[in-house]
Order: sequence, then C-alpha cells, then structure tokens
Amino acid sequence: MKSTAFKPVADHALLIEFGTEVDDDTNRRVISLDQAILNANINGVLKITPALVNLLVVFDPLITDHTKIRSAVEKLLPQLTNAGEAGRRHILNACYDTDISPDLNAVANACSLSTEEVINIHTSTEYRVGMYGFVPGFAYLIGVPEIIQVPRKKEPALGIAKGNIIIAGAQCIVTSLKMPSGWNVIGRSDAEIITDDPDQAFLFNVGDTIVFRRISREALKWIA
Amino acid sequence: MNATILHILNAGPLVTFQDAGRPGNMRFGVPASGPMDRASFVTANLAVGNSVDDTVIEVSMGGLQLECKSGAISFSVVGGAFFIDLDGVEYNSGVVLSIRSGQKLTIRPGKWGSWCYLAFSGKLDTTQWLGKSATHSQSGFGGGILKTGSEILVQEAVVRKYREGEIAPFTYKPFDGYARIVLGPQDHQFSSGAISKLLDSEFNLTTGYDRMGMRLDGPKLQMKDSLSIPSEPIVKGSVQVAGDGMATILLADHQTTGGYPKIATVISADHDTLTQLRPRDKIRFKMIDPDDAIKIARVRSIELKYHMDTFS
Repeated sequence: MKSTAFKPVADHALLIEFGTEVDDDTNRRVISLDQAILNANINGVLKITPALVNLLVVFDPLITDHTKIRSAVEKLLPQLTNAGEAGRRHILNACYDTDISPDLNAVANACSLSTEEVINIHTSTEYRVGMYGFVPGFAYLIGVPEIIQVPRKKEPALGIAKGNIIIAGAQCIVTSLKMPSGWNVIGRSDAEIITDDPDQAFLFNVGDTIVFRRISREALKWIA
Repeated sequence: MNATILHILNAGPLVTFQDAGRPGNMRFGVPASGPMDRASFVTANLAVGNSVDDTVIEVSMGGLQLECKSGAISFSVVGGAFFIDLDGVEYNSGVVLSIRSGQKLTIRPGKWGSWCYLAFSGKLDTTQWLGKSATHSQSGFGGGILKTGSEILVQEAVVRKYREGEIAPFTYKPFDGYARIVLGPQDHQFSSGAISKLLDSEFNLTTGYDRMGMRLDGPKLQMKDSLSIPSEPIVKGSVQVAGDGMATILLADHQTTGGYPKIATVISADHDTLTQLRPRDKIRFKMIDPDDAIKIARVRSIELKYHMDTFS
C-alpha cells in the first residue's frame, strides 16, 4: 500500500494525499476516503473536497485541530478500498459535428486517426467523475484512452460556452459555464451539469460513471 | 410591511450582493464566496439590528450612488475608510444613518480600504443560488452584480433612530505590514531560496486584484522543477505560484482546485485586513506553525464575539 501524506493547511484544513501521479487506483482511494469521512461524523469536520490524488478536510479550529483530524482519519485508512464506489451511471448526449467541435480535426491529426475513429473511441469509453474543480460544475471525467490523449493547447480560447466537451490528457469535461480554456473542444453536449433541483444541484457525484452517446445536431436540446 | 425602493444611479465594477456565503459546495467546484472582509460585514449587519448573515451590498473601490425612491430606512456603512455623502452631508464609514424618499447616497473610496459594506435595516430582495445570495463574481450566480439604472428593493424596512451615529469597527490586529502564513501544502516543491525570498522580501499588491485573488509583484519564487502537480484543492488564503514564479493569494471567489503549487496559506485571522489593502500596498509574510495558527483563530474568535456583543 502506498504511504499517506498529511499536510496542515493554515488554521482550518488538512490535506490528505495518496500520491503525486494521477491514476485510477489513487483516485478510487480518495473517493473511498471521502465516503468514509462523510460516514464517520468526525467532530469538527465542516466539509471535504475530494480531488484527483488527495482530499482536503476543512474543520472548525474552535473545536478541533490538525492533529485530532489526522488521528481520526488514520483510523479510517485500513477500511479503504480501491474497488470504486457504486456511483450512478449517466448517459450524456454528444454531437461531434466539426463546425461546433473546433479542435476535433486537430486532435485526430495529432493522434494519426480519422475524426470518426476519435469519436468512436470517445463514445466507447466509460469515464469516472474524479473530482469537481476550477469553477462551479466543472466535473473532471477521468479515463480518456491514451490513443486520443492530447495536451492542452498553447493558447487558451477566451470564451468556451456551456455544453462543450473538452479534453486534455486523460481528462474530459463537459463545461457548465462560459469560461476561458486551453483544453481541446471535440464535441457538444446538452447535459445541464448545474441543475435547478435544490436536492441535487449538480448532475453527478464524485465517483459516478459517465458515457457519451452520439446524437445528431437536431437532437441536441440546446446549443449555447 | 414597509418596503423601500432605491434606484441605482451609478454602480462601479464589482459592487455585489453578499450574504455570509455558501460553504460546503467546494466538492462541486463552488467556492464559498461571501464578503471579502467578514468582520466588517458582520459589524454592518449588527449595527442596524440585522442578523449576522443577512444580505448586504459589498461596495468596491468603484463606488456606489443610490437615490431613495420611496420609503425610509436606516443603513450602515462599515469597512475601510470610505467617504459617504448623504444629501450633501459628509460622513466616514463606520456609521449608521437613515435615508428617505428623495435623498441621494454616494459611497466612494477614501483614505484606505478596498471594500465596504452597506447594510439596510430590513431584508434585501435578491435572487439566490443554492439557497444563498452571496454573489460568485465570475458567473454572476447568487444576488448578482449591481447594475446602474436598476432598482433595489428592501422589505420590512425600518428606521432605527436610536442606532444612528458612529460605530466602533472591529479592531483586532490592524494590518501591520505582515500577513501570517503556514507554509505549504506544496512548499517542498520550491527551492530553499524561494522559501527565504518569501519570508524575507517585500511584495507589492498589483492591479490584478479582484474577488478571486490578488496577484503580487516581487522576487521570483523558483520551483525545484517545472513539474505541474495534479489539480488539487485550494482554500481562501492559498498562496499559489504560477509558472513565472509570481505569487497570487486566492480569495473569496477562488477557483476550487488548481495545478499550480501553493507555497503557503495565509491564516484566516488575517484575511479581512489583507483584503482591505489596495494595489501598490506592500505585503510581507511571517511564518507561524499550524498549532499557533489554531490558537490565533481561537483568540480572534473570542475577540470578535466581544465586539459583536457590543451591538446586542
């Protein structure tokens, strides 16, 4: 088993790290620890932010401290698994028409594949929600197959609208807000990641499984 | 119920509605938002008889000008040293006043401070997101950014004559040139020279300052190697160093994760005074250990409670 690092963050948080490289195993352990802490009701824990290789436990410094949180978390480590939680499965609509997928051709060229091959690979893969980050609703989907992995672009594009399917390295995001991004735009989805449902304000939970289903442009409910 | 309507004659950039914020949604990429200077926000609310977490207007250095269209209401302005003009009479921030139909209120930056809080004695009517009115400035979600020409509605408006007058600000440790930090969580990614530079140098706050963070100008903080780290959680106060070696302190509307290493984190007790600095102000950093940071948080909390009790 890999070693676990604990790093105090200012006066109110503890970062718990399982590794420094993004891999499936490490992220599954993070998600398992997230669940374990949520279930353990540790005194003074205010919130948990799971990320790709580590998670941040934010606590109330008036009632606990870094040392107490560390020992409470250490007790949970033996029960962690990397089997993956039984998250929900979501099927997202995706349209890959090249006029609304400006980087699809470049991705295909960089991978020495046809655009159809890139699309087939992208839609025949299961992704896992590794974390949310950056801005509200940006869920980092892990699992882009190596043969279609490309780095982020040198120059970020200024206004990537909501609903774009963007990839960089092993990660894929369906954008939830208009944001600048250097990631490669390979398609469009009509998934509303930020929902109007007060009980489930975000479409996915960390650990959920995502697949893309190719649809025609006419079948997309909206294009931002 | 009495309502007061105010017309926005002019709102500078980044004048927003804020309540105490929406913590707990970091796992969905949502920062807490809420006031940049929390102690001033709390004081503004208590001074007019509101709850500590009621919605207020956070006024930036862009300033704000309002005209009362109907009704009458008491209000407070707290934070920094802002100038207030109520129908031709001048005041300084740290005051409770009342405005009635036909009167104009202007708030503009004075000698120091980047943010002040305008709290009305009543309930500001705003949109909400995830149950809170705190505005997330990049998306505009929450109560939103105030727009010149639109109107503000305050429900349950009351005039509280007995509360009018100057009010004492929260004076816990005014900014003395130093922001206290705990090193890390990625201090090991920096050369030892970079840590010394962080602790021994003076940094200048640049004009790159908004609700997301403040970019500093100073010596380059060199990393051991140029590896990027996996994107990982950020907190308010994180001192993140970009590839060019320049530091940014992340604030209320920070991105929730990032792939730049964080050399240190400013402790919560110093956030309020830090956010009141202005571009070109100087900042130095003082390292403390995590246990001392906890003690400071506890002492400050007691002092803030004493301060709050003076309004009850």
